[in-house]
Amino acid sequence: MIFLDNLINGLSLGSIYAIIALGYTMVYGIAKMLNFAHGDIIMVGAYIAFCGLQYWGLPPIVAILAAMVVCTILGITIEGLAYRPLRQAASLAVLITAIGMSYLLQNTALMIWGANPKSFPRTFINSSILHIGGLSISSATIYTILANVVIMIALTLFTAKTKMGKAMRCVSEDRGAAELMGINVNRTISVTFAIGSALAAIAGVLLCSSYPILQPTTGSMPGIKAFTAAVFGGIGSIPGAMLGGVLLGVIEIFGKAYISTELGDAIVFAVLIVVLLVKPTGLLGKPVREKV
Amino acid sequence: MKMTKAKRNKLIYNIVTFALVIGAFLILQSMIANKTITRSLKGQLVPICCWIVMAVSLNLVIGISGELSLGHAGFMSVGAYTGAVVSGLLINVYDIQDATLRLVIAIIAGGLLAGLVGAIIGIPVLRLQGDYLAIVTLAFGEIIRNLVNVLYIGTGDGRLYMSFLNKKLPEGIVMLVDGAKGAVKIKPISTFTAGFILVLITLAVVLNLVNSRAGRAIKACRDNRIAAESMGVNVTKYKMMAFVTAAVLAGMAGALYGLNSSTVVPTQFTFNQSINVLVFVVLGGLGNVLGSVISATLLTVLPEVLRAFADYRMLVYAVVLILVMIFTNNPTIRSFVNRLIAPFKKQNKSGGDAQ
Amino acid sequence: MSQKKHSSTRMVPVPTNSIVPERDINEIPVLETRHLGIEFGGLKAVDDFNLTIGKTEIAGLIGPNGAGKTTVFNLITKVYEPTSGATLINGRDLHGLGIAQASKLGIARTFQNIRLFDNMTVEENVRIGLHNNIKYDMFSGILRLPRYWIQENRQHEKALELLHIFGMEGLADERAGSLPYGVQRRLEIVRALATNPKLLLLDEPAAGMNPHETEELMENIAKIRDQFQIAILLIEHDMNLVMGVCEGICVLNFGRIIAKGTASEIQQNPVVIEAYLGKKKEGQA
Repeated sequence: MIFLDNLINGLSLGSIYAIIALGYTMVYGIAKMLNFAHGDIIMVGAYIAFCGLQYWGLPPIVAILAAMVVCTILGITIEGLAYRPLRQAASLAVLITAIGMSYLLQNTALMIWGANPKSFPRTFINSSILHIGGLSISSATIYTILANVVIMIALTLFTAKTKMGKAMRCVSEDRGAAELMGINVNRTISVTFAIGSALAAIAGVLLCSSYPILQPTTGSMPGIKAFTAAVFGGIGSIPGAMLGGVLLGVIEIFGKAYISTELGDAIVFAVLIVVLLVKPTGLLGKPVREKV
Repeated sequence: MKMTKAKRNKLIYNIVTFALVIGAFLILQSMIANKTITRSLKGQLVPICCWIVMAVSLNLVIGISGELSLGHAGFMSVGAYTGAVVSGLLINVYDIQDATLRLVIAIIAGGLLAGLVGAIIGIPVLRLQGDYLAIVTLAFGEIIRNLVNVLYIGTGDGRLYMSFLNKKLPEGIVMLVDGAKGAVKIKPISTFTAGFILVLITLAVVLNLVNSRAGRAIKACRDNRIAAESMGVNVTKYKMMAFVTAAVLAGMAGALYGLNSSTVVPTQFTFNQSINVLVFVVLGGLGNVLGSVISATLLTVLPEVLRAFADYRMLVYAVVLILVMIFTNNPTIRSFVNRLIAPFKKQNKSGGDAQ
Repeated sequence: MSQKKHSSTRMVPVPTNSIVPERDINEIPVLETRHLGIEFGGLKAVDDFNLTIGKTEIAGLIGPNGAGKTTVFNLITKVYEPTSGATLINGRDLHGLGIAQASKLGIARTFQNIRLFDNMTVEENVRIGLHNNIKYDMFSGILRLPRYWIQENRQHEKALELLHIFGMEGLADERAGSLPYGVQRRLEIVRALATNPKLLLLDEPAAGMNPHETEELMENIAKIRDQFQIAILLIEHDMNLVMGVCEGICVLNFGRIIAKGTASEIQQNPVVIEAYLGKKKEGQA
């Protein structure tokens, strides 16, 4: 029973990682950059939803939509202002900029909402507990796993069927050639950031529904772990992000339960290191070769 | 041998760097002697030295070797803990009362252990490149922090007790490291002079390394990995050399830092601290050692002097990181800035950076 | 490295119409490839590549774009690990060695898309080439021991001596990245020579040069061979250069050797003409 409990908790946490990892993986695949600030967009999304529910009295669905809209705009703005000028720059410079952006978001949140943790209000997402056999499952768990599956299917269809989705795949394959084919690369990258950020907002709400403590650093650790998940699954691959996220969530919960609570993070990062050494392209990634 | 222009510029750069550091030390020493120094500044002297060493050593990895390391604070924590334990051991077990001797041994031990950890981490990490390398150094920094969080070390009956994960140590011993409480009951023995000497050693090591065969190989690996390999340069070896040297220096800085106060806690060496040092390096200029010294000093003193700055410190740092990166890496802005400073630059063509 | 060891690796019969010149016939060839090949995802980029180059030979590797010429260089220098066959340098098998180790055995190369150390000076670039020739350890460097000063001086003098080949001593302090294209190409050759190679691989050395510069380059290639007593294998599209300087020429098409021989043999070879100009349509002759 405890095993099943842990497994379900792991799947739930893993689903959150998977949704965040999608943002990382799409941006990495297309803009070839590690958007370090992605984790902090989750935090912003959660704060907006929090404000909507707590202060503005919005219905939960509207609050989530508001969070998604704000995060989308935020994502596009960040990309346009900070990352676009560095499109041709070395990856070192882009990464440092992204780290700066992450700190900017965290500290701005600190200015606006203060350092004191806020307790995320109850919504339909986490209001009930289901009893199945001897298991008691929070509705948040159900919603999280469900959201993950829906998002995954929607994104797979989007990249496979729509014009924009195809443009994204083109840009990720060969930016120069895509540009020559008349694809607006900047717009495609913007759309990618928009989708990733909107997903981050959803992830933020789901994360705070399961772990209802909200503070300016809320997003950074899940963000880094979700990046780990994206690498684990194979960066650039959408099913990879799902697989990596879910596996990592399960590993983390089991590690905490059976090895040591205090070493939970260390275990997750150890997984990252092992994966990168054994199979640097991740479970579902494709190898790349440097042209000489 | 005729001295070339490039050689002369390097020499001037090195002399300026050392003169600045030694001059600052002499001025501060005379201020201490005259008692004209403020209390808060006096308290900052040793930390400033530590942060200078941290910044210069990280610059060796990021600026000279061209790899982004996000776990530099991890090496500092290894050094701080080692320093605290070694110092405690020397006083409790070996009964060495001479503080200077204890400090020297502690700093060397801190450097060695951090270097060892650096070597162990470097072997897997340096096989990776770019963003992956950065994220793995971050992961290692966090793992180190996690591990010291569950580390318990104590001395008693003339021997050392160590335990991991849970405190299974005998009663009545002197605790040196107490899990999440960190290294406790440290006798502060760090001095400004020791810090100054450490800064000088660091500068000598890094500047001499950069201007030598090994340093050129390190820079070659940064500029073009494949070309360097094709010239017979063992890339892993030289990446490792830069990484481990930086780890040793950071460990020494950590030992000095830890022995400057009575406790060291794991939360002092978080990812944020690594980013702090990264800001010093970026603001001082990648590859520019003198720049690291200056920015580490200013950014350590500034929050103390300006309360208003202290409140907005991290916000300002974030903006600075972004702006510096955009200004130095965007081709359009860069050529614009170059045009602005071109007439000025022609008249004053000496100086330049360490490379 | 004993002579015996070398001869043992030659036990395998070499199915090659080798283009080793008379004067090198009794020497162990500098380069010998046996059935060398590589596949990228099922596509054979290079297949069954057999070539032998004598101790002081200048050989050319030509072929249409995409024939796999640079891939051959990447195989010989171990940038790529071949999926079949073997490469021998002075009789030593390169199997399992890395790029740097291969370089230490005496291979040096230039790159089609120039790969200089842009942020370092011209002299420093050449000094990287001298990395394994004039050595001292890290601690001599940090502690500035006498060995540091002696070896630094030797490196400096050697670097200037090498730069003199192309008359580039005056540029020693310039930043490599700021040099004009043609000068960068020459610097790459100097840097490669600094490694004291036995085999020099030049990947399109005349690309981007005007006819006058190309002429000069031809003379220099011959001069380098005579002065350093090394073998040179070059990829080049400028047929004047190839025909003028190469003793043996090997033609590659679709990853396979289609012809080997001297300049005049290659010029008259119908297979080569077909590869370059396409098949004559019937009735059009």
